[in-house]
Amino acid sequence: MKDISKSINKVDNEEKISGKAKYVADYTMDGMLYAMTKRSSIAKGEIVNIEYPDLPKGYFIVNHKDVQGKNIIKMIFEDWPVFTEKNISYLYEPIMLVIGPEKSVLVDIIEHIKITYKEEKPIFAWTDSVIDYHFDKGHGNRIFDDADEIIEHTYETGYQEQAYIEPQGFIGYPEGDKTTLVGSIQCPYYVKNAVIQALGEKDENVRVIQANVGGAFGGKEEYPSLIGCQLAVAVKKIKKPIKLIFEREEDMLVTTKRHPSKTVFKAAIKNNQIIGLKAHVSIDAGATIGLSGVVLSRALLAVSGAYTIDHLDVSGDVYRTNTVPNGAFRGFGAPQMFFAVDMFIEHIAKSLNFDPLEFRENLLVKQGDRTSTNGLFREPVLMPNMIKKVIDESDYKNKIKQYSQKGNFKGIGMSLFFHGCGFTGSGEKNIIKAKVRLKKTKDGKVHILVAAVDMGQGIKTTFRKLIAHMLELDIEEVVFNNPDTDFVPDSGPTVASRTMMIVGGLLARAAKEMKSRWKEVTFTVEKEYEQPDYIKYDELHFIGDAYPAYSWGVNIVEVEVDPVTYQVYIKKSWSVYDVGKAIDEKIVLGQADGGLAQGLAYGYLEVMNHKDGKIMQKNMTDYIIPTAMDMGEMETYLFDNPYAYGPYGAKGVGELPLIGGPAAVAKAIESAINKNIYKIPVTPEYIMELMNND
Amino acid sequence: MTEIKFKLNGKEQTLNTDPNRRLLDVLREDFKLTGSKEGCGEGECGACSVLLNKQIVNSCSVPLANVDGQDIVTIEGFSKTKEYQVIKDSFATAGGVQCGFCTPGMIIATQSLLNTKPRPNDYEIKIGLSGNLCRCTGYNLIIKSVKLAAKDGDGLW
Repeated sequence: MKDISKSINKVDNEEKISGKAKYVADYTMDGMLYAMTKRSSIAKGEIVNIEYPDLPKGYFIVNHKDVQGKNIIKMIFEDWPVFTEKNISYLYEPIMLVIGPEKSVLVDIIEHIKITYKEEKPIFAWTDSVIDYHFDKGHGNRIFDDADEIIEHTYETGYQEQAYIEPQGFIGYPEGDKTTLVGSIQCPYYVKNAVIQALGEKDENVRVIQANVGGAFGGKEEYPSLIGCQLAVAVKKIKKPIKLIFEREEDMLVTTKRHPSKTVFKAAIKNNQIIGLKAHVSIDAGATIGLSGVVLSRALLAVSGAYTIDHLDVSGDVYRTNTVPNGAFRGFGAPQMFFAVDMFIEHIAKSLNFDPLEFRENLLVKQGDRTSTNGLFREPVLMPNMIKKVIDESDYKNKIKQYSQKGNFKGIGMSLFFHGCGFTGSGEKNIIKAKVRLKKTKDGKVHILVAAVDMGQGIKTTFRKLIAHMLELDIEEVVFNNPDTDFVPDSGPTVASRTMMIVGGLLARAAKEMKSRWKEVTFTVEKEYEQPDYIKYDELHFIGDAYPAYSWGVNIVEVEVDPVTYQVYIKKSWSVYDVGKAIDEKIVLGQADGGLAQGLAYGYLEVMNHKDGKIMQKNMTDYIIPTAMDMGEMETYLFDNPYAYGPYGAKGVGELPLIGGPAAVAKAIESAINKNIYKIPVTPEYIMELMNND
Repeated sequence: MTEIKFKLNGKEQTLNTDPNRRLLDVLREDFKLTGSKEGCGEGECGACSVLLNKQIVNSCSVPLANVDGQDIVTIEGFSKTKEYQVIKDSFATAGGVQCGFCTPGMIIATQSLLNTKPRPNDYEIKIGLSGNLCRCTGYNLIIKSVKLAAKDGDGLW
């Protein structure tokens, strides 16, 4: 049988290249109306009064009074109203939809709605802690009693915007008693369940269909539940098709971003070795908590990075501020933490006068080591060989020596990292409870029935390939359409690098059964998630195996810094990943490139900040993401390391390649300018500040 | 209302409409040519790229008045050409497509580049694609796709 990793061309190439693929903005329906959002003009306060202009015939206002169910978005932590009733907690909070046939009239109506507020002083400082976690490993803080030296540094990371090229959007329409939404979404059932709660409707009266998704990166994980609920309320009231598509500016100003973070690290040093770490991680939730607790968890769990440290004292807070809510973004807390810890270990090595590479290699996680929560790294860890591979390919050792001489402004840096695959802790078992179906029809075709979304990561191809491979069929005999909740079971959201490992793993189990019953003409096989027996996790106390498996990576990046402008240029990168087994090599390499580009840019290029609660970058001109000129050549290598519970050994892919980017580029810049770096993005302004502090 | 005549995908068209309308809206709304996408609405992302007299332009930044008497080709029109077949195959083979939202614009950018520089070097390819943003690929495999198209289609441009 052929090696499953051998690449095939993607099944959706033709429709996407030709422009025929339909995205949500491309849908139109007879009698369709448009929706626009009236938003708050203050960051904190109360609505005192609203004055409406006379609405022309055929125009409507939809607000919290129209919400027949619960005026709250169903998600992990429920504190996000569908429409704001009275209390404003961030600038541009959605208060109502204005709906009608002409967009220009909608703009005019929105301008003439007069809202009077009682303003309060907004809070932007990180003082209002709404979630706090703490756990120890080994002796925790007590290890510091044995230290003969303590090293302390603080690391900061900024906002990052997902900047999917296709803005958020939905079209909604009534189908009899049913309210149907078609949208650019990662999680059809998140939207469906949220709409059921907002409408107070029966399960069968809500239908959610995925349109082709023009990029998501976490940005279309929970945010679509908000606008999906608003639109569903409107459709149910007005009983007409309605389209709600964000323009870029609106999308940039109001949708969720990566949580800014600050990590205070202390290392207990004895006999020139690290004997323990203490870390406190702060993240900014913005105005609602939403997923922030889970983001903080993922950050804390990665506190010792790709290294084993026996004694840890780990804590963190989620702070609420009167700013735009932050949320899911590829990596989900891990990029912040891996930046901080990988820089810290390097800085410790430097201050103890060790060769940073040797120092880090000696600390590397080995198979059988304990995780930060006393779980086990059960699988083989290939990092030593992976590091050797990219060191050789990049000539790292010679270059780092050469570049460390002052004044040449060339640099090279290396990051070491992992990503816990799937939901944190017992999430798969307790919350998601994924269900998949395979259906064989009379024509001999096999239909994949799951709620997983292809948002560019290629699951349409890799799932069909997986099933075709297992059942020894042609890929054309395997059918996988965009999920429609009327037809597919809830296999969980398309997040957390879980799709191939968890959903694909279930499909592989279903395929195995289907194969054994193949002579039956038409039948359906259903499989539900069963947690491997060895996974035990105590969520409350952070004890045990937080993830069933880990993917691993090494990035080496070479840069040049302009000695006059301090502009950073990425020259080339070398990466190596262990994702268990690539179900399609070319697709994994595409994920690797794109993830690294986002990670590198997060580290040096992408600047986003707010002033008095207003995001200052409102379009693609203000918020710079990489162009074809910026990324340099990328070389990527894959190491096979099959995981027993993944299909053909596959582990998580999607988030991993983003995670090491920030530390790799920051270290490369450090080597170019001979200064320690403590925050990202490493902008020319920050470099200037460092250079002036001689 | 003004009468505007232009050639669209090889066919003469006459419209009586507001000359200030964006070409992108006219293409998407009046002609249902939805292959050109709106990503930013201000000429920054290139998802709305079309060929104006064989040169790439952002159709979101072109008022309809500017295309009077001109020749417009969208991805729908371009997909009927031999050059398209070569570019399409190279993007498929090299893995240049992920979410697909920037892809029609990238294809148009590739055509515009190869039309002026049939054998571009790496730097020229990067310049040629620099007006088109992609958030999925990191550009690596798109650049390889363009290289492959230039090689496989050598002599076509």
